[in-house]
This record gives sequence, structure tokens and C-alpha cells, in this order.
Amino acid sequence: MVGNSAENPNYNFGIVKAFAICAVVYLIVGALVGDLIAWQLSFPALNFNEYLSFGRLRPLHTNAVIFAFGGCTLMATAFYVVQRTCAIPLWSNGLAWFTFWGWNLIIVAAVISFPMGWTQGKEYAELEWPVDIAIAVVWLSYMFNFVMTIANRKSSHIYVANWFFLGMMVMITYLHVVNSLAIPVTMTKSYSLFSGVQDAMIQWWWGHNAVGFFLTAGFLGIMYYFIPKQANLPIFSYRLSVLHFWALMFGYVWLGAHHLQYTALPDWAGSLGAAVSIAMIIPSWGGAINGLMTLSGAWHKLRDDYVLRFLVVSLAFYAMSTFEGPVMSLKTVNALSHYTDWTIGHVHSGALGWVAMVSIGAIYHLVTRLWKTEIHSVPLVNSHFWIHTIGTVIYICAMWVSGIMQGLMWRATDDYGNLVYTFAETVVAMHPYYVLRSVGGLLVLLGAVIMLYNIVMTIRGAGQPKAAAQAARAARA
Amino acid sequence: MSFQEKLEKNIWGLLIMVGIVVSIGGIVEIVPLFYLDNTIEKLTKEEDSIRPYSALELEGRDVYIREGCYLCHSQMIRPFRDEKERYGHYSLAAESKYDHPFQWGSKRTGPDLARVGGKYSNAWQVQHLRAPRSLVPESVMPDYAFFEDHPIDVTLTEKKMRALAMVGVPYTDADFAGAAAAVEGKNEMDAVVAYLQVLGTMVKFEKGKDYRE
Repeated sequence: MVGNSAENPNYNFGIVKAFAICAVVYLIVGALVGDLIAWQLSFPALNFNEYLSFGRLRPLHTNAVIFAFGGCTLMATAFYVVQRTCAIPLWSNGLAWFTFWGWNLIIVAAVISFPMGWTQGKEYAELEWPVDIAIAVVWLSYMFNFVMTIANRKSSHIYVANWFFLGMMVMITYLHVVNSLAIPVTMTKSYSLFSGVQDAMIQWWWGHNAVGFFLTAGFLGIMYYFIPKQANLPIFSYRLSVLHFWALMFGYVWLGAHHLQYTALPDWAGSLGAAVSIAMIIPSWGGAINGLMTLSGAWHKLRDDYVLRFLVVSLAFYAMSTFEGPVMSLKTVNALSHYTDWTIGHVHSGALGWVAMVSIGAIYHLVTRLWKTEIHSVPLVNSHFWIHTIGTVIYICAMWVSGIMQGLMWRATDDYGNLVYTFAETVVAMHPYYVLRSVGGLLVLLGAVIMLYNIVMTIRGAGQPKAAAQAARAARA
Repeated sequence: MSFQEKLEKNIWGLLIMVGIVVSIGGIVEIVPLFYLDNTIEKLTKEEDSIRPYSALELEGRDVYIREGCYLCHSQMIRPFRDEKERYGHYSLAAESKYDHPFQWGSKRTGPDLARVGGKYSNAWQVQHLRAPRSLVPESVMPDYAFFEDHPIDVTLTEKKMRALAMVGVPYTDADFAGAAAAVEGKNEMDAVVAYLQVLGTMVKFEKGKDYRE
């Protein structure tokens, strides 16, 4: 199933190349803004002016990494995988390029909007209504092309990676439209249709499923294609992937309420959210095991396959975050962890460990296939791997320590029942960890720059005849 | 042929099944919040003085949203002893019923602001917004001195109120008529301070009463 040995010459790989390059560029942009705001929390003097203050740049960071980097990665990989596994070219090249230019224009709109302060004020859904409409249109063009390609496929079954991409596309449409419903005042200002407790529930229904579908289901689509492909082995268990898929589609949707434990949201909703969160450990780990066990008998490949190394470590982070998340959704743990840096650490173990690493692995794989060449420098990929991994671990550990410390300091009372620490004292205590986090982020950024350099050099070398390229490489060495 | 296999061979069937399966959780958790009576607490006449934001407070709230204040400040006090000591009575759903969008937040890089109203003087708030570290040396908050250079756009206030009225905030004709005059000559600093000073002051809590049954 996974291997189509005969390459269809009509495949549209141009669109995949374009999205893949954009993904790497936006990874750098997103990490750069992210690291800047991390330094701003360490040294507030770095809030240079109103346009570059933390509150305006933070949405730029989250949107850049999720929708620009993550989005372009998903579009590149879904368009690649659907063609390879259906053994036909994309249904419409024109529509695919519409998706490409549309998505990039939306990203430009975001880069202008956020420093200007044009925001709906809902996390990860900050873009104002005209851009929201554009997102819906472009997103549907992406989904329509994908579905029509599958409808015209030459293979009999729809490959598992495509189920996950499809689930992601359906749910994101649904979430985006409902959560962004608003009454416009001007082109750059609107008010949410919902208020208070209902708005909170709808926002976190969106918020957690931006994680569950955009950042999980979509990237699991990547996992289900690229791990078997790179390892040259079939996926470990078909049954497990069926279970993984349907449990994820059904279960993830319920989790949003766990972001609102002990708030004014009625208790029943939060408890339901936590109960399903715990149950979600099973399909999530099932999926991670499915990916990892695909390598059983072929673990030696990890020694020299630089792509596989990214993919496998990403699954380890996936398993870790999908355990940590349910734990944090429990009321007793949430009472401590909520509102602290622990949440930020948890998000980044998923984002840097799982999403970024599986994407980076897939993009390195794609670049060599699309440009039909070898990677420019394997040592540089290996450096990227270690720099990224170490940066991620520093980041997560810093946030674990600061988050738990913060939670404990806030609630500490003395023998007479008085609070031990003022809020300001807890802010000071966070400082070393904020600096450490910024350093971790800087490493991730450095890794991304190395990646871009390596990929640009690979593409430049791809035109040369093999012998010349090898000679050039030998000369460098 | 199993049902699963049928779906794997039929993209339209798969699409419809996915659509159904992903809808259930959201429907169960969200829809009841719109009609269950006990979602928003019932308050007595003495307790309840929850009203829509005044013109100036509304403009201040919009600045608060524009600057992303909600990314570092929550407005949702949980029913814990330490939060009661630090911030005051736990928040009610009723208190944010006119908040489009809600501003509960998800992170406390700075303290909760749900009941900051009346806690500090106007002069303190102005100085703190201008230069937070002049009053709280440990603070990592950006400076917002530029608020004083930005006058409120008086042409927009009424439009904003009318938009909010469309989504159910009970503004009256008198509110619309007086909107422009109420913000005339004010700047963003005045507006933000007015907003901060009203936060959490609209309910008079009865001691010892359990508001979440």
C-alpha cells in the first residue's frame, strides 16, 4: 500500500515543494518571535514599543507556529501523501495554487494584524472577521481538492494517513466557523456572538481541538505515512490504527472543558472533560505504540537514518505529552497547574517535541524525494537533531520547575493562615527559569536556521549531475 | 464486508461518519450551557447590580483586549482559600454574562484582575500602566505610557454598543445617544483605568452563601 514504486509523472510535486519551503521559513519566523517574547518575559525592557510588546507579539508567535509552520507542513504532506497513496495527481492544480497563495496571504495579514492590535481576543483565533472568512474559504479549497483526489483514486482502499488528514480538515472547518462567529463593528473590530461562560466553553472547545485535530490528527497523518515509508516496513497493526482513528475523532472533541476546571463553568462539564481526557490515554498510546512498533526488528536503522531519528523521538514526545495532558486535566492536579508555566511547558513538549520533530523529519524526507537528490550534509542534520532535542528538553524542564514552583508559592500559607508570598515575589522567583527557557528557545531557532541552510544547499546541488555533486562534497570534506 | 471496510472504500461515507462522530462531544458539552437554568447563578436584587459596561469602560475593555492583557492576566478567581485571600470572592458566571468575548484568561504571568476594581486609586493605576516597575520593581509588564497619547475615537463608541446590543447586551437608546459625549476628550488611559476600576464590583456578595450549588 505504502509503496508506489512506479512514479506517476503527472504528480503535482511543485505545490508540495512550495509548501515545504514555506514551512521551514515559517518555522524560523515562529521560533524567532517566540524566542523574542520569551526574552521579553525575562527582561521587560525588550518590549520596544507598542507594536512589539508581549501582548501583541504572543498571538503572532502562536499563529505563526501553528497555522503558518504547522499549516504549510500539513498542506505539503497531505498533498504529497494523497497523490502517492491514491496513485493519481491532485484533482485540481489550479485550486492547489489558490490554496497556496490564499494561505500565504492570510499569513501576511496576520503579520500585519497582530502588531497593529487587530484581534478578536480569543486565543489561537485572534484574527479578525475578514481574515476569518478568508481562512474558511482557503481551508475549504484545501479540503475539497483533497477529497476529490481521493474520490478519483486508483487504489481500492483509502490509506490510513488520509483518514487522519480528512478528520483534521472536517473538524477544523467546524471549529473555526463556530468559534469565530462575531458581529463586526469595523473591518478590524468585532464582538464574539457568545459571552461569558458559553463563550469560554466554545473557545476551549476550539482551543483544545486546534491541538487535538490540527496539531495531532493532522500530524498523525504524517506519522502514518512517513514512518512506514522511511523504515520501508508496513505499519505495525492495522486494527490499532482503526481504533486509534475513531477513538481520537470521538474523544478529543470532549477535552476542551478541562481547561476550565474550578472556573464558573458548571462542574459537570469540567468533570466530563477530565473523564474523557483520562480515557484518551489509551488511543493516544495505542497510536504511539503503533508507530514505534513499526520499527520492530529494524531498530538498527536508527543508527544511520537521520530522518527516522526525528520521527521516532517525535513519537516519544507524543506519548509523553498525551500522558501529561490527561494528568493535568484531573481536578487536583489542575488546581496546582492551571494558570502556571506548567501549561506552557506541556504545550511546548507537544509542539517542539511532537509536532516540530515529526514535521522536520517529514520535510527532510520530502526534500530528498522531491528534488531527487541526497541531503547536502548529514552532519548538519545530526547537529539539528541534537540542538533541537536539547533546546526542547531545556525548555520543558524550565517550565516544569517554574510552573510547579509558581503553583506552590501561590498557595503557600503560614501557621496563621496568611499567604507566605506576595505575587511580586513569585514573579522574581520565575526569572532564572524564564532565562533558561529563552535559551532553550534560542537553540530551537538555531536548529531551524541550520535546517533552512541545509535544505537550500541541497536544492541548489540538486540540479548538478551526481558526479559533480559528489566531487563538490568531497572537496568540502 | 465490514462497515469499516465499506468506509475505507467510500470517501463520502467516511466523510459523513467523521462529521457525525466529531460532532457528539461538542453538542453534549456546549448546547446545554445555553438552556440549563443553573448555568448562570441566580442572584437576589440586593446582590445583583450587574450592568453593561459604560461607554468609557467599554472603550477601556477594547484597549485591554487589543493589548492582549488577557494573555498574562486571568479574570477568573477559583474557589480556593489562597485565591480568596489574594484576590477575593470566587468569580460567578453571572459576572461575565455581558463579556463578548469572555476574558477569563488561561495564564497568570501577572495577578488575576477579576476583582481589581477599587483595590488601588486611579492615580496608582495610571502610574502603574505608564511604568509598572516604578511601583512594582519585580514586574515584567510592558510600559503602556502611550495610552495617554491615544484619544478615544468618539465616532465608534455608539457603533460598538449597537453591535453588542445585537448579541444581547441590554444597552438602551439613552446609552447610544450619550455614548459619544461620554468618551469625548478622554484618552485610552482614562478608559483602561475606568474599566479596571469596575472589574468585580458589580455583585454584593452575601457572607457565607454558596453561589455554586
